[in-house]
Amino acid sequence: MSADVNDWKELYSKEPETEEEFVIPEGPLLFYNELVIDHFTHPRNVGELEDADGYALIGDPSCGDQMKLWIKVREGEIADIKFKSFGCPGAIATSSMCTVMAAGKTVAEAKLLTDDDVIAALEGIPEHKQHCSLLGVNALQEAIRDFERKQGGEESPAAP
Amino acid sequence: MIYLDHNATTPLRPEVLDAILPYMGKHFGNASSYYRLGREAKNALEQSRAVIARCIGAHTSEIVFTSGGTESDNLALRGAAQALREKGDHIITSAIEHHAVLRTGEDLQRDGFFLTCVPVDSTGRVNPDDIKRKISRKTILISLMQVNNETGVIQPVDEVGKIAQEAGVIFHTDAVQAAGKLPLDVTRHRVNLLSLSAHKLYGPKGIGALYVRRGTPLRPAISGGHHEHNLRAGTENIPAIAGFAKALSLAAEQMATTVHRINDLRERLESQVQSRIADVRINGSGAPRVCNTSNMSFGSIDGESILLHLDLRGICASTGSACTTGIPEPSHVLTAMGVPASSAQGSIRFSLGRDNTEQEIDMVVDVLTEITFQLRAITSLKAV
Repeated sequence: MSADVNDWKELYSKEPETEEEFVIPEGPLLFYNELVIDHFTHPRNVGELEDADGYALIGDPSCGDQMKLWIKVREGEIADIKFKSFGCPGAIATSSMCTVMAAGKTVAEAKLLTDDDVIAALEGIPEHKQHCSLLGVNALQEAIRDFERKQGGEESPAAP
Repeated sequence: MIYLDHNATTPLRPEVLDAILPYMGKHFGNASSYYRLGREAKNALEQSRAVIARCIGAHTSEIVFTSGGTESDNLALRGAAQALREKGDHIITSAIEHHAVLRTGEDLQRDGFFLTCVPVDSTGRVNPDDIKRKISRKTILISLMQVNNETGVIQPVDEVGKIAQEAGVIFHTDAVQAAGKLPLDVTRHRVNLLSLSAHKLYGPKGIGALYVRRGTPLRPAISGGHHEHNLRAGTENIPAIAGFAKALSLAAEQMATTVHRINDLRERLESQVQSRIADVRINGSGAPRVCNTSNMSFGSIDGESILLHLDLRGICASTGSACTTGIPEPSHVLTAMGVPASSAQGSIRFSLGRDNTEQEIDMVVDVLTEITFQLRAITSLKAV
């Protein structure tokens, strides 16, 4: 009997290579994890700042999410940060986490904040939602640029 | 849990489960087999076929069982287009069809057919004259859904049927969302082909049918044995077929009372939402609609955010648009109706069913009032 004839038997006798093969994915109840849900249902730092040092308007509501973000800078640190968002749960939760991470950081530190950092802090978000995390980070970077422009004495787009 | 997504699927009725179970158990035979066990299966198959035919005013031999609405639509479009290729190459459909029709039409375009999608007005309804104007000597097939799945708007199928008949063009209608909500009659609709699905009317998933009027040219989409008048090969799914027949006959029997009750619930939902929540538009409300569907746009908030809040409180609904690629894709139906993208993004479809109650509707209105308040406090758009 050739080895080929018995090949199919291996399919039945083969031990799984790793335990994981037989693990049914547990996952959260929803496709967002609990932490993301918490930031979605109770977003931090929602609001507007009247006399902001930096302001950003990101996105376009006619083709998707939109976000506004304000920062106040004291002695080189982000002393206050607020946002508002017309967006999906992923955009709201990642923007909320982004403001939490930026608050209290120096401007130089905040400039290094990336969307990957935000996703990691939220312990992951679904892959097809990862682009949403760019909204908050981009708004933050834009608000910092606005702040720096103002420091440089240049004209900046006025906050509404 | 409050289930308001009956256009997506419906729970199996207990009577339907009772009709299915014998064929899942000891009556497991193959309807093509010679012996008694097979003949029992064949009997169940043909009785079910007769029941379904009667519900839509068709002859028994005109019912072809398929795996569901999508397959029925595929068989209708591909089957008719290929059978009529010698005669012409032009297909007319509408911009608001289910993807089972639209994507199939687009695929046929890649095979050299020409596809015309007629528009709808702002209420979501096709104008039959638009179809009439597009008919040419090359037109071989018209496909128009009977009821739109997102808005519930009833399409002028009888009028288009008349136009198609006069022009000598094969006419298909996707009646998946109409069955159980509107009386179906293939003679009155003047259709050659009509798609049905069981799981939208409290039947099992994975089973549907295509009505094929006698003499309608059709090429099979799946080849193999001599099942289903050589139009759909494969051993028949007898348990599901028995359940489908039970579900459709119950739906037809009880339609008048059920439709009335569900319509009252929808009215309750819409009037309360509109009186308690600002900046809500009801898409399709200007046209005749089936009793159960309500498509609402909540201004300056995102639909998925509403949906997740509802889900967290045990309420099941759906949204036509999905932000999955970075660029949100607003529903093609709402877009065709001219609903602005930002409104389409905030749209939610509630589709009611026979088990919903007034208490459930009131709870949903309370929750919606809270959710919209909460999300409008966050929104960067100017909320009302």
